[in-house]
Amino acid sequence: MNKKHWRIVVAGEGGQGVQLIGEILAESAFRAGKEAIYIPNFGVEQRGGVSIAMVQIAEQALGAPKFEKADILVPLSERAVERTLAYIKRDTFYIYEASAIAPPQLLDATVGIQAWETVAPEAFSLAVGSKPQAPSRPPADMGLMPDRTIGIPAAEIARAELKPRVFNIIILGAILAASGVLSLAMVQEGMLAKLGDKLRRDPELKQLNLRALDRGWAYVTEAVRRETNR
Amino acid sequence: MTNVIEAEQRSFMTGNEVVAWAALAAGAEFMYGYPITPQNEIMHYWTRLAPKFKRGFLQTEDELSAGFATLGGVMAGRKSFCATAGPGNVLMQEPISMAEMMRIPAVWFIQQRGGPSTATVIYSQQETRLTCLGGNGEGNRLVYSTASHQEVFDYAIKAFNNAWNYRFPTFVLGDGYQAKMREAVTLYDPAQRGIELHGTSRMLGRSSKQLDGQQVRHYRNTFNIEEELYETLMQHIADWDHMAEEVVEWAWEGDEEPDLLLVAHGVVSRAVYAAYEHLKSAGYNVAYFRPITLRPFPVAALQRAAGRCRQLLVAESAYGQLLSLVRDSLYGKTCAPIEGLLRPGLGITEELVVEWAQRLLARVG
Amino acid sequence: MERIHDHDPAMPASWNRATKPHRFCPGCGHGIFLKALGEVIDELGIAERTVFGCDIGCSLLAWDFLNVDSVQTHHGRTVPVVVGAKRANPELIVIAYMGDGGGYAIGAQHLVNSAMRNEKITVLLANNTVYAMTGGQMAPTTLPGQTTGTTPYGRDPDATGQPTLGPEMVAAITSNSAYVARGSVSNYPRLKQYVRQALENQLAGRGFSFVEALSGCPTNWHTNAKQTWSYLDDEMTKYFTLGEFKTPGQAEGGEDK
Repeated sequence: MNKKHWRIVVAGEGGQGVQLIGEILAESAFRAGKEAIYIPNFGVEQRGGVSIAMVQIAEQALGAPKFEKADILVPLSERAVERTLAYIKRDTFYIYEASAIAPPQLLDATVGIQAWETVAPEAFSLAVGSKPQAPSRPPADMGLMPDRTIGIPAAEIARAELKPRVFNIIILGAILAASGVLSLAMVQEGMLAKLGDKLRRDPELKQLNLRALDRGWAYVTEAVRRETNR
Repeated sequence: MTNVIEAEQRSFMTGNEVVAWAALAAGAEFMYGYPITPQNEIMHYWTRLAPKFKRGFLQTEDELSAGFATLGGVMAGRKSFCATAGPGNVLMQEPISMAEMMRIPAVWFIQQRGGPSTATVIYSQQETRLTCLGGNGEGNRLVYSTASHQEVFDYAIKAFNNAWNYRFPTFVLGDGYQAKMREAVTLYDPAQRGIELHGTSRMLGRSSKQLDGQQVRHYRNTFNIEEELYETLMQHIADWDHMAEEVVEWAWEGDEEPDLLLVAHGVVSRAVYAAYEHLKSAGYNVAYFRPITLRPFPVAALQRAAGRCRQLLVAESAYGQLLSLVRDSLYGKTCAPIEGLLRPGLGITEELVVEWAQRLLARVG
Repeated sequence: MERIHDHDPAMPASWNRATKPHRFCPGCGHGIFLKALGEVIDELGIAERTVFGCDIGCSLLAWDFLNVDSVQTHHGRTVPVVVGAKRANPELIVIAYMGDGGGYAIGAQHLVNSAMRNEKITVLLANNTVYAMTGGQMAPTTLPGQTTGTTPYGRDPDATGQPTLGPEMVAAITSNSAYVARGSVSNYPRLKQYVRQALENQLAGRGFSFVEALSGCPTNWHTNAKQTWSYLDDEMTKYFTLGEFKTPGQAEGGEDK
């Protein structure tokens, strides 16, 4: 896949690690010699606890930091699905979190109007508690191509096979497998650069992150293969 | 002074971080600041970097104090700067007025946020008028409106140099997007690009080394009679006009007799330029104009660009602040209608500009 | 016949002779306060590296009073300007000269916070209980019952508060390396001694120094010479205690020593 200009929206709850997905994508693209813009938490959808990362990746110089339609849209909670509907177009790669467990949500009122400036502490978010939910898939009438809509139960995979904290890295792997926006190798390098200090201090954590990236990649690759063979 | 950037370096960072590096590279010696979003990280990065290069920082009690302390730092002979946004920019107009009256070459970085009042901490272009013409004077200042991280770096160096060269308060006008987003930038040592950094001189405090025998200096901004003030101001205005000819900057591209001339400044010019390219490749007869200095405004250049256009579209994240500068510049020079795509406090996308442009182009088509 | 003008009157070397006689009203206290400052600058031999900042209000009339580098700023903003200069160039000796309005009202946050930060600056504040340049309105230091342009029936403390006690406040919030005193233009030797100690504190690099001087304003008080001195000595001192409130390394006091 050799698309010229990728517009990517990742949205989710505070504590899901949405911004890190955006940062790693942009950093990886930059390191791979591409043009990239990452911009956190802007746009009308951003209210209360929903965190949005907007990324653009291209071979040529980039224009405005904001855009209207996404080539890749990754809503990671029920609320994020609702608030990013406007970014969907017919050929959007739609990657959603398909676990049956909802991420803890911070209420708008709890967060306050300027709280996006300070990232909500994960513990604060987790303290609110989880509850069951339906997977955050898009409404049936959005007109997406079936092979461009992929659900991944990343929260459940993280809990069962890895650690809850690498949920977002599983999603990152899924994004790469579904869209081909960047190669797995590029993002491995970008991730290690971005998390450099943390991972150097903790080799176990480094392995955990690399496995999470692979796991997300493998899950989606397998799902696409099954879909194609059906 | 320690070399800040040893070798040219391509980096991926936020705009606020770029400002800190640019100020270092430009030879800034002191920052005075007060927290306000979205410029805070300028202070964060500066306070991390400054001690390594023997530069100073003071966090003051408010923006008034930060602004006036910046003037004190400059008067004491140090390249000093300040950064602010929104309501902080409103307060800073007081020290900026004094800088205009006393010709104090202080540099400000403005990261525009939503207004009026506290509004949003996110983004706008609503401080265009304030930054160009705030204070109780004639707007004797120099304002660069940047659109990318590379420009933030380049124009920051230019801002310090031109401030000390022409001795007017000088601004790098950014916004919340430019402050917070990450993109690539090439950091460089100005000397390696052949850019000479302007030297400093003390306005206050005779140093036995430097200024022996120099007369005592008395600076004031109070005048007793109308004529005394008038003469002083007219001298400043003449100096400013002279500077204007030398520093005015703009970008212009496209047909000389376009069906539509697109005009924008700052980060919005990126959306507008992308829209211009899109429209051009779709076969439309369009042109693009971007003032880079907002003060002085590139009046003559805009008149040339607009002289034979059939209509204009001015896009901005404010409600007519750039539009009024454009109208003032073109008064009596064109009969072309001037439309405004005005989105106060809201980002503008390429898609939106294209949509508006196509509607206007259909009108003349 | 020999005229008095043929002889230069005695004045400190750090005074700017070209601007004398000065612009203050007859009977104004500023000239006395600035004489003390001028003599101390001479005695300490610091004219070359002194920066004199003056405020808005009558203090601005001192913008070219001294033969030292000077800057006249905005109302209340002299403190941050000299703070900025001192931080940028610590070898300078910086003085912020202002009235009670500039120090205790519009610039109060700068006085408080520069004192809290123990800035190595000297603040000299003339307290004449009125906004004099603007026509005699109520100031933070106006005495209870005192009539001014905006308290035509006398200052009512219930509605407008008690006179601001500046040195007491500054003494309470500064570190032990600060110097804080209140003198009066009616006791010149004592006032000059305070100004000297304030500047010596800055010279030694110890910390913040602050001197308030009770000062007369016959123009806005509508008083003759005798009444002016009487108001200064008898009325103002009922509210404003004279003396040193803090000397470096010592606990705060308040009595005339």
